[in-house]
Amino acid sequence: MPTPRIGVFVCHCGLNIERTVDTRAVAEALSRHPAVAHVADYDYMCSDPGQGLIREAIDAHRLTGVVVAACSPAMHEPTFRRAAEEAGLNPYLVEMANIREHCSWVHHDRAEATRKAIVITRTLVEKVKRNHPLEPVEIDHVDQCLVIGGGITGIQAALDVAESGFQVILVEKGPSLGGHMAQLSETFPTLDCSQCILTPKMVEAARHPNIRVMTYSEVVGVSGYVGNYVAKIRKNPTYVDPDKCNLCGECAVVCPQSVKSEFDRGLVERKAIYIPFQQAIPSSYTLDEDACLGIRPLRCSECAKVCEPGAIDFDMRPEIVEEEVAAIIVATGYELYSPTRLGEYGGGEIADVIDGLQFERILSASGPTGGAIRRPSDGRTPKRVVFVQCAGSRDPENHNAHCSRVCCMYTAKHALLYRHAVPDGEAVIFYIDIRAGGKGYEEFIQHATEDERILYLRGKAARVYRDGDRLVVWGVDTLSGRRIEIDADLVVLATSIEPHPSTAALAKALKIGCGSEGFLKEAHPKLRPVESLTAGIFVAGAGQGPKDIPDAVAQGSGAAAKAISLLARETLTHSPEVVTIDESVCGGCGVCVAMCPYSALSRNGAGVAECNEVLCEGCGTCVSACPTGAAQLRNMTDAQVRGMIEVALADV
Amino acid sequence: MSDRTDRFEPKIVAFLCRWCSYAGADLAGVSRLSYPPNVIPIRVNCSGRVTAGIVLRALERGADGVLIGGCHPGDCHYVSGNYKARRRIALLRRALEESGIDPRRVRLEWISASEGMKFQRTIAAFTDEIRTVGRSPVPETTAEVGADAEG
Repeated sequence: MPTPRIGVFVCHCGLNIERTVDTRAVAEALSRHPAVAHVADYDYMCSDPGQGLIREAIDAHRLTGVVVAACSPAMHEPTFRRAAEEAGLNPYLVEMANIREHCSWVHHDRAEATRKAIVITRTLVEKVKRNHPLEPVEIDHVDQCLVIGGGITGIQAALDVAESGFQVILVEKGPSLGGHMAQLSETFPTLDCSQCILTPKMVEAARHPNIRVMTYSEVVGVSGYVGNYVAKIRKNPTYVDPDKCNLCGECAVVCPQSVKSEFDRGLVERKAIYIPFQQAIPSSYTLDEDACLGIRPLRCSECAKVCEPGAIDFDMRPEIVEEEVAAIIVATGYELYSPTRLGEYGGGEIADVIDGLQFERILSASGPTGGAIRRPSDGRTPKRVVFVQCAGSRDPENHNAHCSRVCCMYTAKHALLYRHAVPDGEAVIFYIDIRAGGKGYEEFIQHATEDERILYLRGKAARVYRDGDRLVVWGVDTLSGRRIEIDADLVVLATSIEPHPSTAALAKALKIGCGSEGFLKEAHPKLRPVESLTAGIFVAGAGQGPKDIPDAVAQGSGAAAKAISLLARETLTHSPEVVTIDESVCGGCGVCVAMCPYSALSRNGAGVAECNEVLCEGCGTCVSACPTGAAQLRNMTDAQVRGMIEVALADV
Repeated sequence: MSDRTDRFEPKIVAFLCRWCSYAGADLAGVSRLSYPPNVIPIRVNCSGRVTAGIVLRALERGADGVLIGGCHPGDCHYVSGNYKARRRIALLRRALEESGIDPRRVRLEWISASEGMKFQRTIAAFTDEIRTVGRSPVPETTAEVGADAEG
C-alpha cells in the first residue's frame, strides 16, 4: 500500500463542539501524526465552504483518506462521502470521528474532552489508513411496493405510489379499509364529516388499477433486502366471496350468534357474519370464524341457506401468498389505551364511562344511535357530560408518559357537537393544559371555550365512581384550588393513544425498531422522519407517534415519496462494506456457512467459502466464527480493529 | 474535578453495535447526558462481530475494561448476532477468570437506540466498577508481545 496521506478536518459545529473541545488542539495533535498529510479546522464542516475545504485539500494534498472529526456518522457520513467523491476521492476512504455526540455533548471538562476527542480521531485515522476504495454493489429491484395498514395514512401512501405508475399491495388486517378515521363522526377543526372525506379515498384505492387491496390479511414474515424484499402475507378466510356478495344482509338477519361490534366499540352487537359499516371496502360481508357456531365441522350454516347468490363458502382456508416488493411502508396506526387499565375512572366497569372513539360512534349519524346522543346504560340523553382529558397520557408514574396530541382537539369537538345536539346540555372538561398547535386549532378551542355551557376546569379528575344512581366525578380545580365533586350523566375519557398491539411483532419481523413507548422508530427524529433504519422500509402515521389526520396524511405522502424515489431508480446500490473470503487461508470448514443469517455464504466448487455480496449485510458474524481469519469485513478487518484498539489505549 | 489527579482513571474500550448501542450513545449525546470520559467507543456493525481475540487484544494493550454494547435479545439488526455475542462473552469471561483476570473487566450490555439514559448509566457504572477492580495486570504480563505487524 502506498504511504497514507490522510486529511483530518475538525469541525467546531458552531459552539457545539468548540465549547468543550479545543478543536485547534485536536487539529494540532493530529498534525503530528505520521500518516496525516493535512489538517484543518472550521466552524461548520458540513456547510458548503466547509465541504469546499475538504474538496480542495483532497486535490491540493493528494489525500488518500479523510477523517472528519465532527458529529455522528449517522448524521453526516453521506454528506462528507459525497463531497470527497466530487473531488475524486473514493467515498469509502472517508470516515467520521464522532467528537460531538460521543464527546463534546457529554463531557464538561475541556481538557478531558479534548484528550478524548484526539483519541477518537486517531482511532479513525488508524482505520482509514487501511481502508480500500470500494464500488457499491449494483442490484436490480422489483417494481412493487407494499403498504401495511389500510387506514388513512396507508391509503394516502398507496395512492401516491400508485399514481406514479408503480404497483402497490395494500394490506389491511381488518375486514375493511378505513381504519379509525371511518369511526369518526366529524373532524376538527373544520367539522367536515369524516366518512364523507374518507370513503371516496377508500373507493379510489380499491379501484386503482395499480393497487391490489388485501383486507383481512396480515404480513407474517419478511425476508430479503431493499429492492427485493419477499413479504409473506396470510390472507385469512372471510368465508364470503366478495364478488358474489350483493350486500342484501339476509345472512346477518338469520345468524344466531352475536358478539360485540368492534366498529361500534362494543356499544352494540353485531352478528358472526357482518359488514363493519355500510361503506366498507371491499363491500362484502365477512364471517368471523371465532364468533361463528362452527365452520369445521359445519354445525349451523343458516347464513349459507339464505344466501341467494351463493357467496358463502365454508371451505375457504387461510392462504399464504409471497410477494416480492422493493419497498415497504408501515402505517399500522394506533389503538386507544384500554379503559380497563383506568380503574380510577371506573373504566370497563361503569357503562356510562366511555372512551373518545365510543363517543364518536354515539355522535355519528351512522352510529348505533343514529346520531342521537344516548348514554349506554339506559339510552337516556345525558344532560351533563364530563370529559376527562389526558386519561392515561402524561402520567409517567401510572400510565403513559407521552402526550397523545389529538385529545385536546377532539374533546373540544365532542363538547361542541354534543352542545349542538343537546341544546340544554352542559359539557364539563377536565384538562391539564390545552395543546392546540395546528392550523386553525387555537381558534377552534376558543370557539369551544366561548360556549357558555362548556366549562373548562383546569385540573385532573382523580376518580369517577358510582354512588347509588349517581355518577360522580372527583377532581381539583387547580386554578381556584377547590376540590370538585360533580355529578355526570356520562363520562368520556380521552384515553391515551398507543401503537396498535400488532406493532411490536411486525416491527420485529421487519427488523425495524420501536421506541420506548412502542411507537415505530424513525431514522432521525427531524431529518429522516419517515424512514426506518432499515433501507427500503418507511414508517408513517399514528404508529410512528400520536398524530392528527393532516399530519398522518402528510407522513403517508412523505413515505410514498421516499418509496417512489427508490422505485424510480434503474438499479439500487448495496453497501460494498461486506465480507470477503481469503481463499488461500480458508480451510473449507463451513462454520461460516452455517452461521450466516442471510444465507450469503456457501462452499464453492473448490471447497472453500464464497460470499454473495448482494445477500451479505456485513454483520461480521462469520468473521467472529471463522477459525482461520479467512473471512474479513471490508474496511473493518481484524487488523484494522486491532490498530484502532492500539491507538485507543495509547497515551495522548 | 479536584480529585481527578489522585484517582485511578481506568482506560476502557467500548465496542458498540452500529444499530442499537452506538445510536443509544448518540441519543445520550443529543440529550446532553453526561458521563465519565474514560471510554473510547469503537463502532462495529454488530456485537456478534466482536471476537474473543479483539477483546483479549484490548486487555493485552492496556484496557482496564472492555464494554460490548449490542441490541436487546430479539432486536438484533442482523437477526441473531447478539445471541452469538452473549455466548461468546460468557465463555470468554469464564476463561478470563480461570486465567486469573477479573471477569468484571469484560461486560456485555444491551442498549437500544432509544436508551440514551441506559447508555449514560452503563458508562458511569462500568467506569466506577473498573475503578474498584483496579488497574489491569495484563499489560505487564504480556509486555514482550511485539507490535502489531499486520497491514
